[in-house]
Amino acid sequence: MLDNKELFRRLYQIRRFETVLLEQFKSGIFPGTTHTSLGQEANAVGVLAHLEPGDVVVSNHRCHGHFLAYGGDPQALFAELMGKPSGVCGGVGGSQHLHWRNFYSSGVQGGTVAMAAGMALAEKRTQSGAIVVDFMGDGTLGEGIVYECLNMISLWQLPVLLVLEHNQIAQTTPSSLAIAGSVPKRFEAFEIPTTALDSSDILDIYPLAETLIEQVRNESAPRALMITTARLGSHSKGDDTRAPGVLESLWQSRDPIAIQAKRLAGAEHNQVIQDIDAKIQQAFEAALAAEGGAG
Amino acid sequence: MNGPAIRTVLDSLNHGLYQSLADDKRAVLLGEDLLDPYGGAFKVSRGLSSAFPDQVLTTPISEAGVTGIAGGMALRGLRPVVEIMFGDFITLISDQVINHIAKFNDMYHGAATAPVVIRTPMGGRRGYGPTHSQSLEKFFLGVPGLTVLAPFNLFGNSPLGSPGQLLKDVILKAEVPVLFVENKLQYLLPLLSKANLDEYEVNTVWDDAGVPAPSYTLRLKSAPQATLTLAAYGYMAHLALGAMRKLAYEMEIFCELLVPTQLAPFELKEVFDSVRCTGRLLTVEEGTFSLGWGAEVVARTAEELGTNLKQAGRLAAREGVIPVAPDLELASLPGDEDIIARVREMVFHHG
Ligand SMILES: Cc1ncc(C[n+]2csc(CCOP(=O)(O)OP(=O)(O)O)c2C)c(N)n1
Ligand SMILES: [Mg+2]
Repeated sequence: MLDNKELFRRLYQIRRFETVLLEQFKSGIFPGTTHTSLGQEANAVGVLAHLEPGDVVVSNHRCHGHFLAYGGDPQALFAELMGKPSGVCGGVGGSQHLHWRNFYSSGVQGGTVAMAAGMALAEKRTQSGAIVVDFMGDGTLGEGIVYECLNMISLWQLPVLLVLEHNQIAQTTPSSLAIAGSVPKRFEAFEIPTTALDSSDILDIYPLAETLIEQVRNESAPRALMITTARLGSHSKGDDTRAPGVLESLWQSRDPIAIQAKRLAGAEHNQVIQDIDAKIQQAFEAALAAEGGAG
Repeated sequence: MNGPAIRTVLDSLNHGLYQSLADDKRAVLLGEDLLDPYGGAFKVSRGLSSAFPDQVLTTPISEAGVTGIAGGMALRGLRPVVEIMFGDFITLISDQVINHIAKFNDMYHGAATAPVVIRTPMGGRRGYGPTHSQSLEKFFLGVPGLTVLAPFNLFGNSPLGSPGQLLKDVILKAEVPVLFVENKLQYLLPLLSKANLDEYEVNTVWDDAGVPAPSYTLRLKSAPQATLTLAAYGYMAHLALGAMRKLAYEMEIFCELLVPTQLAPFELKEVFDSVRCTGRLLTVEEGTFSLGWGAEVVARTAEELGTNLKQAGRLAAREGVIPVAPDLELASLPGDEDIIARVREMVFHHG
């Protein structure tokens, strides 16, 4: 059981990493674009805190938070985003194509669900005892392959936890313009037991994920977790078409870092901030100093 | 397996699958209607689910999902083999192959491999009509990271390079994803043994651009210097072999036949060597004409040989749907008479 301080530390590390990333993007050292998980950090931390070493994570385009919560090295991630040989994937994969240990992400919507299902089938067949956690967004529910895979995940009882990060938007399209009917019922139609949670609070997500991961592991069977959450940043960079008022009120009510920060005493809180700021700054500078890349 | 004798391409492929499953528990077959007594739509998988019930997984009609799942299985150390019931349906797996499976190794900077084998029957002449008769492999040639193979019905006596052995080798040893292109009429062809090939000189070179795979050069024994190089693969190579024989015995036109089994990545040294001597190249493929395999072979040969390539031609399917009516279907696909006519035209009319 992680204490409040450690949970905050993990949340804040992701936030700080991506804040520095967005700030430094302006200086031209990062090629291409990037998707940050601002507002969704508690999903990554709350779920991935329960993994065993052999477990597998499959993530999507919005994967920095998942990668860091998995235990990925901030310096290697900075270097990857800078396109350097010292990056996680030598600068080839970039922001949305990471692979380290049992962590895999990819940038084509829907296909990652198939990857996750296949990996869970492999772990089940080899009786490794490992499970797979797959993160997906609400917009990805539009892809047909998702349903082909939900069917097989249930049919073959694959040990996978499907985490749907329902931030109610896909790039610029609100889910009201893209999703008909009930989202949990889509999973339940395949008889995948599904839990819906509307929260950005790590203390809600963390214990619930523990129970679900235990069930997946013990029963070698799938579960789905739909977390209603909020994207507090742009889809990628500076491409948010939502009204400023909407964003402001989301920052007020749905910021997982602010929610958890309140639980820490002032000195404790400041200590974490100092430590993480220094750690991320050092990771950034070391990545920048390494050979190669755009800048 | 001391089972029934291996006489045809289908027997050979079935045997290759059997041996793969027997030799390595990591090998898993996935596909539609694979279970016995049916054993797959073209019976290539017959008997396998009875012999290896744990390694044969019959699937829903979900080509994209199953192929993507195979990619995930391969990333985690298994050796999945996907059967796509008709080659026409590889369109459904294109995102899985092009954007996922073929990319993993490079985009993860060499830290992951996804050795999925996808096998599927292409080809017409069975009256199955517009959506069940095509040869669509050209859309998958030149996909970085993907190896495309098409077996040839050679060498019944020695298993080396036979369709089944080639299939087994890639299932058990390949470190890259492979699209294994079969052909419906090729299934029934006898495996040509040394005895069958007595009148030919056969040269085999192993090309390992993607995986080790044989490339064959065939010419009639003690024939004069060939004046044209035929290049073809799969079932078309079988037709070209017949055409080459007839051209020699009935018309005294002598050709050399080049049969690669590895279509992509392209490795055409044997073609270049042959055309250097003959000066003429005719490619034959069952897919449609534009932007096909032949176009790439001719382009690369022209780049390599310059003016030593004096004449080039391509035979392919007519650009349209493949009709059901037998006469219309035959007219839409390249046949042995077309090969003979085109060779004559090239040799006689264009000097
Ligand atoms: C097949 C495919 N179509 C379109 C895109 C472009 N794209 C990237 S992310 C995205 C929105 C995804 O929304 P969602 O699944 O809700 O995830 P979120 O961005 O909200 O985390 C789109 C349209 C893509 N990567 N893949
Ligand atoms: Mg979304």
